[in-house]
Amino acid sequence: MYDKGKVITGLAIFFLVFTFPFWSNIGKTAPMPERSLDTPVLQEMAREAGLDLEQALKEGAINCVEDKDYIVSQHMHLLNLWRDSVVRSGNRMYAGAFGKRHEMSLSKSCMNCHSNKKDFCDRCHNYMNVNPYCWDCHLTPEQMGTASDAEVKQ
Amino acid sequence: MNVWASLILSLIAIGAVATVGAVAGAAVQFFDLSAAAWLFGVVIPYLAFVTFIAGFIYRVTTWARSPVPFGIPTVCGQAKSLPWIKQSRLESPFTKLEVVARMALEILCFRSLFRNTRMTFKGGRPLYGPNQWLWVIALAFHYTFLVIVIRHMRFFTEPIPGVLKLLEALDGFLQIGAPYVLISGFVMAGAATFLLLRRLAFANIRYISLPNDYFPLFLILTIAGTGILMRHVFKVDIVAVKAMMMGIVTFHPVAPMDIGMLFYIHLFCVCVLIAYFPWSKLMHMGGVFLSPTRNLPNNTRAVRHENPWNYPVKVHTYEEYEEEFREKMIEAGLPVEKEAAEEE
Repeated sequence: MYDKGKVITGLAIFFLVFTFPFWSNIGKTAPMPERSLDTPVLQEMAREAGLDLEQALKEGAINCVEDKDYIVSQHMHLLNLWRDSVVRSGNRMYAGAFGKRHEMSLSKSCMNCHSNKKDFCDRCHNYMNVNPYCWDCHLTPEQMGTASDAEVKQ
Repeated sequence: MNVWASLILSLIAIGAVATVGAVAGAAVQFFDLSAAAWLFGVVIPYLAFVTFIAGFIYRVTTWARSPVPFGIPTVCGQAKSLPWIKQSRLESPFTKLEVVARMALEILCFRSLFRNTRMTFKGGRPLYGPNQWLWVIALAFHYTFLVIVIRHMRFFTEPIPGVLKLLEALDGFLQIGAPYVLISGFVMAGAATFLLLRRLAFANIRYISLPNDYFPLFLILTIAGTGILMRHVFKVDIVAVKAMMMGIVTFHPVAPMDIGMLFYIHLFCVCVLIAYFPWSKLMHMGGVFLSPTRNLPNNTRAVRHENPWNYPVKVHTYEEYEEEFREKMIEAGLPVEKEAAEEE
């Protein structure tokens, strides 16, 4: 081989760059994040159905607005549709997949049940580096709590 | 090869690749075949990656073993000459540093494509003008491809480094839709389409285009297309995708999940692309560093280029020749440098 030094240096750089995903993860594990469904409202819904939370979820006694798979992959799209519907048409009611009508509202519908942003929304969003601008304007339940406290103090 | 034959062959090839991916996805989705999921979600990606790395190293070392018998820099600027003649240092490098600068200009800015000219006839006279659209599109294509590869690292790192977050934020700063449009994906798909149309629209380029020109373009277009579809139209569960990819890179593969047909087409096309890479024209990624016409200095008048290939050639010197034929030469009356021993 001619120019051995240069060629081997080049190949070593190539190897290091392209195996980056492997060597940068040595000794690490990155299990799939779990979304916590343990919130007061969902617990309450399960109690009303006469089941504990896990059972109620498994048996479909508690449902989201749409089917779970759809929500997992399409919730951002649904929220966009809701925003357009509310802002542009003034239509605030959404007919869900399970025969219920819901108010198209991130704060009042979604985050009424999923009040645990840190253990629900953020887990996957952080895992995937997704930075939705929902909360640039909307408040989380915790923030709403502190906001009202502040107002009370005033 | 005929243009239709080239096109049809490469379309058949890409059709076959996409179909295999789709069948794998369907097997997982509708028939719950975990064997197919393991094969296409774990085994083939590993094999493809190993083929890529090993093939790349093999190709580069093969090139590095080939001797360069002559100093053959191909330059287009004034070589270093008399002190009062201005040397074009970037176009006709003399020192190592100048060579590095010239290579950098070629690799980072595609200098030689920029030099493209186009001849047109105006009033019966040939007219040469600049023709840089290929240069612009090639730059857009390569850099967006790089951005896409880098931002896909979010599937392979945990926690995700800040640089990746910054890159993705820049790429998506238009904030159109949710998940928002990433500019690089659309630019790359557009540029690849232009590169394909270029091969189809111009008779002279169509004539020299082969299946191995069309196939990578189709492959890249399929990958870009399925990627854009998965992000914006038929959304998939990317958390499951990342869990799968992290399983691969941490060598603790998790059971591949039903992520949908599009994902398996995308993944299989990427596997085919990287496995095909070392054996195809895509190897210009490594080859550009090893082109003797670009990586040699234009100093052939100052420095002798040793041919590394110099084989110990069997020579017959004049002394040996005379030794062999002296008597016959003397007989024939030919002058000899050394008289025969007997005659003295």
